[in-house]
Amino acid sequence: MSSSTTTTTTSPSTNTESWGSRVGLILAMAGNAVGLGNFLRFPVQAVQNGGGAFIIPYLICFLLMGVPLLWIEWSMGRFGGKHGHHSTPFILDTMDRRSFWKYIGVFGIFTNIAVASYYCYLESWTMSYVFHSVAGTFAGMDQGQVASFFEKYVDVGVSTTGIPYEAVIFFLLCLILNTWILSKGLSGGVEKAAKIGMPLLILFGVFLAYKGITLQAGKEGALFGGSVGLNFLWTPQFDSLANPKVWLAAAGQIFFTLSVGMGTIQCYASYVSKKDDIALNAMSAGWMNEFVEVVLGSAILIPISVGYLGIDRVIELTASGGLGLGFRTMPFLFSQWGTFIGAFAGVAFFGLLFFAGITSSLAMGTPWMGFMQDEFKWTREKAALSFGIIVLILGLPTVLFFNEGVFDEYDYWAGTVSLVVFALAETILFAWVFGMTKGWKEINDGADLKVPSFYKFVIKWITPFLLIFVFVGSLIGPAGGDWGAAFAGLGNGEGWNLDNGSIIAQLMNKGIKQQIAATTDSALVESLESRITYINGARLLLLAVFLTAAYLVFVAYKKRIREGRFS
Amino acid sequence: MNSSALVMMVATQLIVTGFTGYFFYRVLTGKPSTEPDSFSENDDEPRT
Repeated sequence: MSSSTTTTTTSPSTNTESWGSRVGLILAMAGNAVGLGNFLRFPVQAVQNGGGAFIIPYLICFLLMGVPLLWIEWSMGRFGGKHGHHSTPFILDTMDRRSFWKYIGVFGIFTNIAVASYYCYLESWTMSYVFHSVAGTFAGMDQGQVASFFEKYVDVGVSTTGIPYEAVIFFLLCLILNTWILSKGLSGGVEKAAKIGMPLLILFGVFLAYKGITLQAGKEGALFGGSVGLNFLWTPQFDSLANPKVWLAAAGQIFFTLSVGMGTIQCYASYVSKKDDIALNAMSAGWMNEFVEVVLGSAILIPISVGYLGIDRVIELTASGGLGLGFRTMPFLFSQWGTFIGAFAGVAFFGLLFFAGITSSLAMGTPWMGFMQDEFKWTREKAALSFGIIVLILGLPTVLFFNEGVFDEYDYWAGTVSLVVFALAETILFAWVFGMTKGWKEINDGADLKVPSFYKFVIKWITPFLLIFVFVGSLIGPAGGDWGAAFAGLGNGEGWNLDNGSIIAQLMNKGIKQQIAATTDSALVESLESRITYINGARLLLLAVFLTAAYLVFVAYKKRIREGRFS
Repeated sequence: MNSSALVMMVATQLIVTGFTGYFFYRVLTGKPSTEPDSFSENDDEPRT
């Protein structure tokens, strides 16, 4: 192992990528952050966690955790880029040469590959729903039929259109599109996609928000006006602010909406040269994501669904998240607006979700490509193709065994837990190991914005604290988010009642075991036991991906030593 | 809409839209950096 005083020489990489323009970079970064969650997750989180009052912890967490993480990741990326690194293993290695950091950096490759594997499938649903909206598939269907359409769609053996294995075909189409765009490079592919996708996304969002807000009771089949849904979403329940669950939900939402803790921001920023601004760029991209989430995201799903279904039904439908409402219900609601407007609204809604998805999945391809180009001198096309093949292999189980829980398992470990772990590690590295003196200089070098000096304190103390809060909340979160009852349980000897979604309970398959214990139906028991097998298989697959990525980092490190690329 | 919901919604949307517009305006009107910079579209000669 080399000592902490060694420096890295610039890598003779085949990687000659660059951004075309500053606006293109910001749109690509904003596109990376804007995802399906902006439209489907945020409004549901708000209605479940204090309505309008949710925005208070949400914005506080944005300023104290989101913004610092953006600055940390942008500056880490640009710092690594100066040394010829475009993926997190060797970016982290450059910041502190103790060897374990580069293996922690493996998260920045692993997470993207694993998330892309199920995210591309999700993205392919939106592509398929655009197709079906244009084809008029949902016209004349009642709500039950639209919901049933989704169930059939994800049941790969059943065809909704006569196309055999339709879900697999759309998944492949989506993957081929992603791979093709990635093979065109940063400015020629990713940036162009963002320059087309982001304005269209905003345009579609504005149209749907307008329809949502101006919905009138008694017109176009609506039971209630758009203001009823907005009232439901925005009425503040200030007493909820005393509940840690609400703060945890807000912190979690900020975390996931900004795509921090993934390694994509570092990768994108590594192509920014050392004298160019990152402070203002990070703010511009971050706030653009907030605009899409808070302004557009709050004005579509809830107002429209409440307008047609009423508050009680929406509460019921959102209990399991916004995904079901989006795919099982929205096409039926749009069809109430008539053939043409209904089809256009379907194209707009699923089209904006598609653009939100693809600008994120493209970002997920770049760390792997950067790593293979830097370390193994692969061409861009070869790196893009390899990403497509890996995502295909790893993604097919999510398509084929969606109903067995493989999709959710990927989402939990790669799309939730890994992000928190990596963000916590990188924040400690940046603020405490690399040090705030050097870190602050990195953030401010070339800055077109005066970064308030109190952020030095925030980055060093507040952000890590909040991340620890999120991590502990994920690790040992109590049942129903009721911390008071959990502590009371500890006090009276009943023990800590873990939530089924907490990391420890998840590892123990607590939720499924409870279901098994609660039923006497032998067929259901068998099905649940088989689900555990699939879930464990998914975990092993993810572990294998992480270990393989770690092995590649090890090989790359040895290769660097052989080639004298450390001095 | 009740007044508290309206106040929360309008205030939040104004704040978020305001900051988004302000930062993007700063990007658009910012002084271009001197070459060589990070961006290829403003290069005199294409990058290899």
